[in-house]
Amino acid sequence: MLEILEYSFIQNALIAGVLISIAAGIMGSLVVVNKITFLTGGIAHSSYGGIGIAIYLGLPVLLGATVFAVITAIIIAILTLNNRNRADAIIGMMWAFGMAIGIIFVDLTPGYNVDLMSYLFGSIIAVSSDDIFYMGILDVVIVSIVVFFYKEILAVSYDSQFAKLRGINTEFFYILILVLASLCVVAAIKAVGLILVIALLTIPTYLAEAFSTKLSQMMIISSIFACIFTLSGLVISYIYDISSGASIIISAVVILTLVKLIKRK
Amino acid sequence: MEILNIKNLSYSYKNNFKVLENVNLTIQDDDFLAIIGPNGGGKSTLLKLILGLIKPQSGKILKNIKNELIGYVPQNTNLNTDFPITALEVVLMGYIGNKKRLFGYSKEDRLNAMDSLKKVGMKDFSNRKIGDLSGGQRQRVLIARALCTNPKLMLLDEPTASIDVKGQKEIYELLKQLNKSICIVVVSHDISVLLNYAKNVAHINKNLVYHKLESIQKDIHTVDEHLCEVELLKALGKTQTCCDHKQK
Repeated sequence: MLEILEYSFIQNALIAGVLISIAAGIMGSLVVVNKITFLTGGIAHSSYGGIGIAIYLGLPVLLGATVFAVITAIIIAILTLNNRNRADAIIGMMWAFGMAIGIIFVDLTPGYNVDLMSYLFGSIIAVSSDDIFYMGILDVVIVSIVVFFYKEILAVSYDSQFAKLRGINTEFFYILILVLASLCVVAAIKAVGLILVIALLTIPTYLAEAFSTKLSQMMIISSIFACIFTLSGLVISYIYDISSGASIIISAVVILTLVKLIKRK
Repeated sequence: MEILNIKNLSYSYKNNFKVLENVNLTIQDDDFLAIIGPNGGGKSTLLKLILGLIKPQSGKILKNIKNELIGYVPQNTNLNTDFPITALEVVLMGYIGNKKRLFGYSKEDRLNAMDSLKKVGMKDFSNRKIGDLSGGQRQRVLIARALCTNPKLMLLDEPTASIDVKGQKEIYELLKQLNKSICIVVVSHDISVLLNYAKNVAHINKNLVYHKLESIQKDIHTVDEHLCEVELLKALGKTQTCCDHKQK
């Protein structure tokens, strides 16, 4: 069993799994407490537009996805800022629009034969050192911003009206949270793919909720759970030779169910 | 001292439906004012206008104090109860505009926050998750948060909604205590309880009718000094219709 650690692709996958889990734990907590899960799902799917454009232009795929996801996040944030009740329609539109753009650009790319499934469902086994470097940078950005603005982010998430009265620029922080969520989504695309990423953001947080009295605590516990899910999923995927993204999600749901059953007793 | 002076204030939302019309109100710095009125009568809108969350279309709100010295206790303590945040952290939100420190809270802020919690009798609950507290306890924490900035005026929106009778009384006793140094303005439905504590009443239903509480108490027929809510509402209603006639 331990000999698998000698393969460099396995080492890469393990490092990537840990890096992604850190981002997913922190941003998953923020997404859940702000009740913007659907919104984050919209950003995740529309980032496919960026992947399509990057493939067409011959640019690094993760870079294309990042730029597109961040722009989508800002557009959705601005459109929903004053109209949170109608947010679902706008999100639904951006969700499909981004994917349509991606499909069209991939169609237009001559002789294109990259495995599209790996972006939709992830393939953490195929993570390159460049991808890891990129994920590492995203982690540093997310962690430092959240640490630096922790009390503002906490206040805006818990009671934005009060935060506004205390002179906090709540619109700025709403946009910031969405942009960070979009960065996290991009970082997780390689591991679980853009379709499954929402599960990696919400399941660890849902589990952590019961064990945390503070947001910071929730972020740390979520990251640990996310780590357990990705690494165990990775092992399952290696042993049975099945998709890593799906294995990670299945392992998460199984662990979630077990913990909930044990806690009920 | 006059702390707030509202002159000829009118406000309507996008659909042109007038929520407030020609409202005049003066609040003294030692007042304990109860704002009552039916749902949709414009109570919360008036609070938002005073707080500066929305701007009046006509009329003026003259404040003799800085906005930072207005404490606000929002409605709905049942909101966001599954949020992972401790009572102390909620109170610390009161210091958030404080730019002295780059990140995190200073020791001074923490000590002051604990002091605020002590004032509302919630010191022992500082590390409890906000969702694990009862409605009344949560309301105290929110009052403690508003106390952080040493306000001169405290606005409370339905502070006793969804709190049992005992809890309501405790909250009002606390407010009475605070009223020794702070002007208190409470929006509420619990008229019978509130009137034992308030000094003045403003009834809002688009228009504002102001009552000095002593004068009402004289007008109402009381049995064994017991204030009957039905009679009281009738009395307030009567004045209301009178005023309406005058305006027409």
